[in-house]
Amino acid sequence: MIELNQFLILSALLFSIGVIGIFLNRKNVIIILMSIEIILLSVNINLVSFSYFLGDLTGQIISLFVLTVAAAEAAIGLAILVIYNRNAGTIEIEKINSLKG
Amino acid sequence: MTASLLSFYIFSTVILLSSLMVITSKNPVHSVLFLILTFFNGAGLFIILHAEFLAMILIIVYVGAVAVLFLFVVMMLDFKISLDKNNILQYLPIGFFVGVVFISELIIVLINTKFDLSNIQILVNPMIKFENLTNTEAIGSILYTDYILYFQLSGVILLVAMIGSIVLTLRTREGVKRQSIQSQLDRKYKSTITMVDPKSNEGVDI
Repeated sequence: MIELNQFLILSALLFSIGVIGIFLNRKNVIIILMSIEIILLSVNINLVSFSYFLGDLTGQIISLFVLTVAAAEAAIGLAILVIYNRNAGTIEIEKINSLKG
Repeated sequence: MTASLLSFYIFSTVILLSSLMVITSKNPVHSVLFLILTFFNGAGLFIILHAEFLAMILIIVYVGAVAVLFLFVVMMLDFKISLDKNNILQYLPIGFFVGVVFISELIIVLINTKFDLSNIQILVNPMIKFENLTNTEAIGSILYTDYILYFQLSGVILLVAMIGSIVLTLRTREGVKRQSIQSQLDRKYKSTITMVDPKSNEGVDI
């Protein structure tokens, strides 16, 4: 029988892979957006596994809302990416420094 | 070993490997394809957890919309695939440090903690209430009643995202002549034609 902790460890590993992806990747912004999607997927796995093992349906509802917000975030992020590429000609992270941060 | 445990191990192995490939592959198109594989395996995990509706939504929304959107943008933007190792190695120590600390903390906590969920009495939406309904019917019966406000707010979020991405990517080009139907319909012959009565040998002043 599968235990809750197995799902939680899987979700933690997936979350860490997403975070490492944000840190390691210095080529383009689009991989960072994909890493954010991986992080949100791991959060969804967490919510659904707690929902199953608790016998409560609320986790699946919240997971549905997380999915909605993730889709909206991906659309806005990609739109920003497209107009940044149109204005600056690059989306390499090393070269995005117009805010001088 | 039961079938669900075996499929859990298969799905979790593939999901971890494919998400590693998402963040390490050089070509962004390969990253998007591995992201699609990750979502499919996530849907498989949801089916193991008896969340069939969310699994199908994950395939439809993530694979069908979000991943294809990523694929369009990757193909539209035309990246140069950089091959120099210096950029990657520059941030390897901090990324490795953060990753190892994060993973080890979470794993230590999760291995040493035993969640005892059996004696929790207060549940908001207990599944026993929906025993003879399918997963989709159960979700629908509380999503459209108890969570209707949040449902409509998520609709507003999607509307704002749609309007925002249209406004962001809209541009009016300079020097492009378009047909203006309104000005064509407004055109009257009195404002455009003048009747003159020219005298012989003098011509007309225009």
